[in-house]
Amino acid sequence: MKSIIKAVVLFVLIASTAYIAFNYAPIEKSMGVIQKIFYIHIACAFSAFVAFGTCFYANVRYVFTRQPKADWLGVAAAEVGLTFILVVLISGPIWAHPVWGIWWTWDARLTLTFVLGLLYVSYLLLRSMIEEPDKRALFSALFGIFAFLDVPLVYFSIRWWRTQHPQPVILGGAGSGLEPRMRVAYLLMWGALTGLLILLLNARYKLEALRASVEELRREAEVQ
Amino acid sequence: MKNLDSVLAAYLAGWAIFFLYYVSVARRMSSLRDEVERLKALVSKGK
Repeated sequence: MKSIIKAVVLFVLIASTAYIAFNYAPIEKSMGVIQKIFYIHIACAFSAFVAFGTCFYANVRYVFTRQPKADWLGVAAAEVGLTFILVVLISGPIWAHPVWGIWWTWDARLTLTFVLGLLYVSYLLLRSMIEEPDKRALFSALFGIFAFLDVPLVYFSIRWWRTQHPQPVILGGAGSGLEPRMRVAYLLMWGALTGLLILLLNARYKLEALRASVEELRREAEVQ
Repeated sequence: MKNLDSVLAAYLAGWAIFFLYYVSVARRMSSLRDEVERLKALVSKGK
């Protein structure tokens, strides 16, 4: 019941932030209404970074402590982060097509983001291929630490290389920044998506804890 | 308004992905709960 209430509150929050993004934030002059994709695209990208950062923290923690809880948090954060990066990879081309005239180009930012998604798909595949729990947790933690190296590359790619992708408007230094009402709409959207991130992370963590109980019970049943 | 359909498509795709993911987690959770009950019964029968 508690989780249903949380989901309903979150739904209302997300719906109202989307309403604010459409009605309160002004229409951008050069791109027009298509720029409204910015609010979900960038907020999902930052939320994905938070999820992958959580996965990295859990992976490092597992390597040093070998606590199963760190492994559960690692896999939960990887899967939730992958969901957010999928939204980024779908909303990006929808935005790019009318603005650039193409759906996709293999520039540094787009390629590295695509690779980021593939790395975390590999992380989950690796886990499904190893049956022994301790070995699975250790190997995936080491792979997860390696996979996280792509996150700073994605973030800094538009600063380090010339790309088709626009230069940063958030934390982009002098000359960058958002119109005040756009900033409010963006921050509200990011806040709502962070709430969604926490809800999904919590649910996925509980699922992994339950899976561990099932594995333990299976071993117990086999011994008998 | 030009490109409004693209904006709606991007938002709907985003919400659909999150919704489907949440449903997938809930379904996996429910199937694991059933498995826990089944295994608990099996273990207690064996004792």
